[in-house]
Amino acid sequence: MTVPPYSDPPAVPAESSGRYSLWRLLREGLNGQRGWSRAWAKATPRPQYRVVIVGGGGHGLATAFYLASEHGINDVAVLEKGPLGLGNVGRNTTIIRSNYFHPDNIRFYDFSLKLWEGFERRLNFNAMVSQRGTLNLFHTEAQRDLFTRRANQMRLLGVDALPLSRAAVKHRVPLIDLDHGRYPVLGGFLQPRGGTVRHDAVAWAYARAASAAGVDVVEHCEVTAVRSAGGRVTGVDSSRGFIAADTVCLAVAGHSSLLAATAGVKLPIETHVLQAFVSEPIKPVLDVVLTYGAGHFYINQSDKGGLVFGGAIDGYNTYGQRGTLPMAEEVAAAGVTLLPGLARLRVLRQWGGVMDMSMDGSPIVSKTGVEGLSVNGGWCYGGFKAIPAGGVTTAHLIAHGEPHPLAAHLTLERFATGRIVDERGIGPYPYLH
Amino acid sequence: MLRIPCPWCGERDEIEFRYRGDASRERPAAHAGLAAFNALVYTRDNPCGWHAEWWLHVGGCRQLLKVVRHTLTHEIHWVGAPGEEPPSRPDGPPLPPQAGH
Repeated sequence: MTVPPYSDPPAVPAESSGRYSLWRLLREGLNGQRGWSRAWAKATPRPQYRVVIVGGGGHGLATAFYLASEHGINDVAVLEKGPLGLGNVGRNTTIIRSNYFHPDNIRFYDFSLKLWEGFERRLNFNAMVSQRGTLNLFHTEAQRDLFTRRANQMRLLGVDALPLSRAAVKHRVPLIDLDHGRYPVLGGFLQPRGGTVRHDAVAWAYARAASAAGVDVVEHCEVTAVRSAGGRVTGVDSSRGFIAADTVCLAVAGHSSLLAATAGVKLPIETHVLQAFVSEPIKPVLDVVLTYGAGHFYINQSDKGGLVFGGAIDGYNTYGQRGTLPMAEEVAAAGVTLLPGLARLRVLRQWGGVMDMSMDGSPIVSKTGVEGLSVNGGWCYGGFKAIPAGGVTTAHLIAHGEPHPLAAHLTLERFATGRIVDERGIGPYPYLH
Repeated sequence: MLRIPCPWCGERDEIEFRYRGDASRERPAAHAGLAAFNALVYTRDNPCGWHAEWWLHVGGCRQLLKVVRHTLTHEIHWVGAPGEEPPSRPDGPPLPPQAGH
């Protein structure tokens, strides 16, 4: 693909975007909204950086922000092939939660959830963090045992999890058909601290904060290859020329295999597409993130009123950021089985995002065989909720050369040593669900 | 919707098939060592372009098929039996990384 010529508007110092506050909102409102300026500087890439982060999605921008704010490293560029927010950070269903089973996963994702809880204060940005709870339903006795075990595991590690009776589920979600002939709802398991975050605001918030800390956030700069010499990374080839770097971090989940291959690194990843759907907006009917247990289906209601829902990956290798109809039909069928009222709604939008599906269903935050090249990827379709923790742990890895204790189980070596993090217990398949 | 031309049943919808992954991997010799088997089980080429893959016609003849399909356009170049190889290469080289968006 040839990238059309793109000329930067004049750079605006990031600090001029100022601090956001209620007072500022009032003042600008009275001032005809003329006082707002660009939230992050439009940077032109310099020929050399200490750290180049490929991919201006949630993980790349968060890594840059924490490198600057926690480790004092701001000789950093984040290179994004298009405008910010159009990749997977803007293609997910915005859910945050830490209701995992594997202890290492619970610790990692709950650390992320805690960072979400302080996200808006820390970054001075309204990302509409809404801890409305995530509710997983069960439909068989065996599934109840499984969820009870998972909830107990969470509680042992100090993470919130509550069992809900049938009546409590019905009270919380009146739309549910509890008595479906084949898949009756026996109850649920709630994580009250789970919820949603406005996804594109996450990219904007990190970009603004990273830019203010001195990081170059470069849009319209597509990296085509990682360059190395003598087993050490030297920089990246991009649509705007070669950019030298001591350290390169790939944060391009969905396309990790392709860029890693240019450095001779082969990853335990397949790329698959996951679809998501939004209905026409309606009045408030659902105040929790709801997950069906007898099919793959999860749903929440956005603040605009649209019901946002999705299911499983389409199921075969693809880089096409679109879905095919059989999975759309399966998702719709599961949705209508659980919430019969959905049948009256029209789907307003549908889209697909491509995922790094790793071979054990867990992410990869790791060094590679090439000195100075690290990878943040393999997020399967759980990457959004992990953005703050992914950023902190990847920044730690870059700054110290050693994994952050919370992400020590996410290195590539685990596939060779057998210490895989098989959350679902399904073996070496990239299907996760 | 993929339409897969099964050599035994004719062209059928993808919902009749179950995907079984990359068909280009080859089992190493019995004593090839841990690294070779680790690579077989876990690592993948994962190309953006032409990809040889297994599809099981589970809702039809129940034969395992080898399919050469493009992972960006979803175009199917060839379908055959597991032991066969496509008689011709697909037109053009595999697409470069991140093409086509």
